[in-house]
Amino acid sequence: MPERDVKLTIGPQHPMLKEPESFLLTLRGEKITDMTVRLGYNHRGIEKACEQRTYIQSTYLVERVCGICSHSHSMCFVQTVEEIAGLQVPKRGLYIRTLVAELERIHSHLLWLGVAGHEIGFDTLLMYSWRDRELVMDILALISGNRVNYGMNTVGGVRRDITPDQIPQILTAVDALEERTKYYIQLASEEITLRERLSGVGKLSKEDAVHLGASGPTARASGVDRDTRRDDPYGAYGELLFDVITDNHCDVYGRTLVRLGELMQAYKLIRQILRSLPTGPIAVKAPRKIPAGQAISRYEAPRGEDVHYVKANGSDKPERVKLRAPTLANVQVVAHMLKDGYLADMPIVVAAIDPCFSCTDRAIATTNLDNGRTDTMAWPTLRTYGIEWYSKQGIDFAELNRKLRTMRESN
Amino acid sequence: MTETLFNIFVFPGFLFVAVFGLAAEYIDRKLYALMQNRIGPPWFQPLADFIKLAAKEDVVPRHADSFVFKLMPVIAMTSILTAFLYIPMWNSNALFAFKGDLVVVMYLLTVPTLTYFLGGWYSRSVYSMIGAARSLTQLFAYEIPLFISILAPAMLADTWSLSGMSQYFSAHPWAILFNLPGFAIAIVTLLGKLEKVPFDIPEAETEIVAGAFTEYSGRLLAMFRITIDMELVIGSSLLAAVYLPFGLNLPAGFAFVLYIAKVLFIIGLISLVRTIVARLRIDQMISFCWKVVAPLAFLQFLADLIIKGYIANV
Repeated sequence: MPERDVKLTIGPQHPMLKEPESFLLTLRGEKITDMTVRLGYNHRGIEKACEQRTYIQSTYLVERVCGICSHSHSMCFVQTVEEIAGLQVPKRGLYIRTLVAELERIHSHLLWLGVAGHEIGFDTLLMYSWRDRELVMDILALISGNRVNYGMNTVGGVRRDITPDQIPQILTAVDALEERTKYYIQLASEEITLRERLSGVGKLSKEDAVHLGASGPTARASGVDRDTRRDDPYGAYGELLFDVITDNHCDVYGRTLVRLGELMQAYKLIRQILRSLPTGPIAVKAPRKIPAGQAISRYEAPRGEDVHYVKANGSDKPERVKLRAPTLANVQVVAHMLKDGYLADMPIVVAAIDPCFSCTDRAIATTNLDNGRTDTMAWPTLRTYGIEWYSKQGIDFAELNRKLRTMRESN
Repeated sequence: MTETLFNIFVFPGFLFVAVFGLAAEYIDRKLYALMQNRIGPPWFQPLADFIKLAAKEDVVPRHADSFVFKLMPVIAMTSILTAFLYIPMWNSNALFAFKGDLVVVMYLLTVPTLTYFLGGWYSRSVYSMIGAARSLTQLFAYEIPLFISILAPAMLADTWSLSGMSQYFSAHPWAILFNLPGFAIAIVTLLGKLEKVPFDIPEAETEIVAGAFTEYSGRLLAMFRITIDMELVIGSSLLAAVYLPFGLNLPAGFAFVLYIAKVLFIIGLISLVRTIVARLRIDQMISFCWKVVAPLAFLQFLADLIIKGYIANV
């Protein structure tokens, strides 16, 4: 390799990435000497869009923040709204929410395992774990009718009940998945190339994990004993028994072990939930208009801690919604973990935080290629830009809006 | 003259190797898929890929050296085909043979890797250049153990010709048992030569897209792809000739089927290995090759030297 520094751009379109994101690496040989991350390719303006929708509509919109942890976001959101409105969700509702949350954790962690395998060129692991993931996807479809966006949550409870004949089906799938997870745990401890590629890669000491604010499995694999499910119980977690999995490897291997361990805990939790499912209603009726107030809610999503903040103003629409997806807490850690790492380790180190970049994007940053000046766009500028861009394409929104108004008035 | 031309271009030359190469790619992919619990591609997939690529436009990057960029696939293909002419397949006689053809074959099998390097390097894309550099780095790691593991049986047979080796081992079939460790070493190093998992570092998709081939498209890429397929067949044929030289005196039809079976067996081993392991990092690959594979190859060489001395004294 040449001894001079090589600048390598990974993304926004690259086989390593599942979502648009850009990493500018400075390489000396195979070593990474510097890295810059650029976020903001997939900003969708969901927070702002929530302000123009009712609480019920916003629940569905928030569910679409993330394609994997969809239940996490909707549950975190409804928890916040329920706290403002002072609603007491029936126990059965809480248990069903928790059940779906744990099923979602299983599907997310199995998905991660496959992606991790692919990033280190171990496609067999990808094929195996994604095949097994179909079991839990089928169960989620059985419970909610959907594979990804379950639409289970509503303000005041859940929308669908668990029928008695679903319980044995769920338990059978959980047994099968437990067997497979034991196999993966054995694989992780015995397969030499897998261990070689994961051990000692992406080191993150406990101090750094705390200092940089890592969360979820990323933090727990560095020995930080922190889990919202135990520290600030929500749903039915306060009444269930489970262990918080931590690991002291402080590397990607540790993160793999933590996720596999969490899978085993998830099976344990699901069995407990189904055994002690309380009877009664699944939801209480929620008012359309939520009284003025504000609340914040924490939720242990598969990727880390998800935080939602809602400010209500007494109308049927929220005044402000703010989400912090777990990837935002972990993305700063990546640059630290990659310092002096190898180019070959970059995909797995980035994948090890289980990133979800679209969930994280909160702004659009533009870089002027002529002078290299970067700029962020505020809401009014973005709006004006959008209107101008469309009018150049021959689409005039002023005209469309006027037509829409006359149509509404004539009705 | 006509017969020679037929031999070179149709059977067992270019056309046969190309068809066998595509079939080998299919079998490799299908086995890989079955072992991964997938269905895998239909039998015509490699051919369909080839036709599709060949019909596409060739795009030469603006900054690339157009001459080298276009020349490299041709050189890769011709050198690999030339190597095939000297490898004995279903009998002890290769199409052409001379004293020392073993060295020529090993040399010709090295040429494709060099063309990947040059083609990638002159593409002038960062991904290609990193992939090209990795190709060359990897070459130095696997080439020596591969050479030694092939030279050890050659020394035992006391000849520098593949056909001669084949004849010696047909006459002394038990002698090949001493070389079984060498066979394992050769399979491992062949994985490096073919750039397959765990040694697919030069074209690691998740890091550097397609490595040296990133900028290639259309006919040029099709040519590289079929060269890689042929390299798979020819590498396996070489191993079959050196390490599995039995059944060579059977009637022509049986011997031919046996030859195909031997090559497919080696391809099956390669598929198995790439199913069960993850890709190594370049530094791990080099230390593995130099610290584990190369010493084992030397041991094999030493063992053959002692056996040869013993046989000479008996």
